[in-house]
Amino acid sequence: MIEKALKGNQGYWTWMIFLLSIIGVGALCYVQQFNYGLGYTGMSRDVSWGIYISQFTFLVGVAAGGVMLVLPYYVHNYKAFGRITILGEFMAIAAIAMCLMFIMADLGQPTRALNVLLHPTPNSMLFWDMIVLNGYLFLNVLVGWVVLNSEAKEVPPPKWLKPFIYLSIPWAISIHTVTAMLYCGLGGRHFWLSAIIAPRFLASAFAAGPSLLLLIALILKRVSKFDVGETATQKLITIISYAALLNFFFVGLEFFVGYYSNIPGHKHTLQYLFFGLEHDGHMYNNLVKFMWISVIMGFASLALFFTPQTRKNEKTIMIACLLMFFSLWIDKGLGFVLGGFVPSPLDYVTEYYPSFGEIAITMGVWASGFLILTILYKVAISVKLAKES
Amino acid sequence: MDMKRRNLLKIAGMSAIAGVAAPSALNLLMKGNVQASSSAGHSDSPSDAHGEMPAEKPTGVRLGLAIDVKKFAENKGLAEKCVAACHQIHNVPDFGNPKDEIKWLWIEKFENLFPDHSHYKKNEELHQLPFLAVCNHCDDPPCVRACPTKATFKAANGAVIMDFHRCIGCRFCMAACPYGARSFNWRSPREKDANGKLKFIKDLNEKFPTRMRGVVEKCNFCAERLAENLPPKCVEIAASAQAMYFGDMNDPHSEISKVLKTKFTIQRKPALGTLPSVFYII
Ligand code: SF4
Ligand code: SF4
Repeated sequence: MIEKALKGNQGYWTWMIFLLSIIGVGALCYVQQFNYGLGYTGMSRDVSWGIYISQFTFLVGVAAGGVMLVLPYYVHNYKAFGRITILGEFMAIAAIAMCLMFIMADLGQPTRALNVLLHPTPNSMLFWDMIVLNGYLFLNVLVGWVVLNSEAKEVPPPKWLKPFIYLSIPWAISIHTVTAMLYCGLGGRHFWLSAIIAPRFLASAFAAGPSLLLLIALILKRVSKFDVGETATQKLITIISYAALLNFFFVGLEFFVGYYSNIPGHKHTLQYLFFGLEHDGHMYNNLVKFMWISVIMGFASLALFFTPQTRKNEKTIMIACLLMFFSLWIDKGLGFVLGGFVPSPLDYVTEYYPSFGEIAITMGVWASGFLILTILYKVAISVKLAKES
Repeated sequence: MDMKRRNLLKIAGMSAIAGVAAPSALNLLMKGNVQASSSAGHSDSPSDAHGEMPAEKPTGVRLGLAIDVKKFAENKGLAEKCVAACHQIHNVPDFGNPKDEIKWLWIEKFENLFPDHSHYKKNEELHQLPFLAVCNHCDDPPCVRACPTKATFKAANGAVIMDFHRCIGCRFCMAACPYGARSFNWRSPREKDANGKLKFIKDLNEKFPTRMRGVVEKCNFCAERLAENLPPKCVEIAASAQAMYFGDMNDPHSEISKVLKTKFTIQRKPALGTLPSVFYII
């Protein structure tokens, strides 16, 4: 089946070469980082996690988002998702692959990564995160591949697959819950120490994942004959809108707790992220513009999704998906992780700026993810189109 | 009907088992953190807390440190001396910039060490005192709980120490430590200049290992000196001025026990329940 990825038109190959060149630059920078150490990045003693871990956190959400298709299709037998569900499963595979690459890029001693398995430590949330992420990767590879294979052979998927499909649903929830637990169980970091982190992560995941998926599906409709259908599109828009509303509601609750209780620890990071934090006569606000762009993008996207005319127009749907995806990317892939380090446990403020090499590595990982995604989608679509013609 | 009832019973039985097993499984999970911390078992106290501060149980050895801040103020330069000696014997590199900085013991102001204390109309003298910042060797250490490889663990004497060869450099422990006690080797401390001399370690102590890049490090309560029956280096230096007390806090006759009983001391962020083993006499 995989040979289908080797046949494509010129546009396909231009896109692949574009991705490969970004991956190449990222790989070169990674070699530099590997030889020098993580000081190659903009991270420091006070801000000890940077964009690698924040991308990882965001992408776990993108992976979990696939469940919004799997659940209606397999459990509620929602036929309209018949063509798009496989895209959701394959997107989860690409997203998890990126997550694992970001974790490796962030390790100070990547060659020792297996120590997590050699010395299993159940009290560490990172141990569990590794288990659930790899488990989810396995489940999606298995389900996606077997289903596609049976489709190619024009037989129904085998019965033994059912339990794995059902298992993948709670498993999707678990990957983002455990990822939230990496943060919300740390006593000294007030911004992260909130029981609403896991639900908030899930809500934003169920908006961000399907946004990206819908965007890609609509692009595919333009570059190939593959069409997910109007019903599925409208259903996805509903899912995205309500999940995003829920996410904004949760963020609002964080604001209420911080500002109504007036407890400094609960306020500081929100202050730093959205308004700037004054500290020892200096104003720290390097993330403020991003956070407001995120808010504006999020609400603009919701406005487009809730207006009947723009909700029906494919162009405006694509814009709304793009806006929503970037809004949530800033919210979680930037603000959430970086903000948590301000102020430091010793009440200093250190601001973080990623280095060029760090950005190149980050883009390289994203490009690798898109490469995996393109190959998987190429195969999936070829099979689907072959079956229909 | 019969089938249904049997199924129901089965489910009821299963959930009963799950209900009973869940708390103990959770307990086991939490104990993992204690177990990683050796057999001394003196850190099982948090489970006894019912809305109060966790109680500390005097079993096994638990090393503690008391720092008399006023004595350090009276003896100008003493704190700096302790810092320099600690960093020298442990080959702590000096990169000369805050981004790469590594520190085990250092001097802070009161408001940075105790940020949740109110500073309205602050006591001028208090805010001038040289406070020594160091790992608290918490009795319930969040860094040990977070570490996915047991590279950070609790020794039988209560000290929280590290195995540099096992650390993968994930820095989860740095996010978890509420005291900013941990440093990361952002670049290699073993880098040499053209003449083959170490660039960042001026006065190498051959008896203590240098670190490789990509691992975390922090104060180890001078585990290597304790093994030779010597007190920690800072304590040895501060002894002449009686500015530091060190010993087993679970031994009622030890000097530190007596000091803690008679002097007013404070700990950093006690509300977090980490049970710091470092005390400040003000
Ligand atoms: S002070 Fe920080 S590094 Fe030291 S034992 Fe406590 S949590 Fe761990
Ligand atoms: S950086 Fe090292 S010591 Fe810290 S949590 Fe990771 S493996 Fe453990």
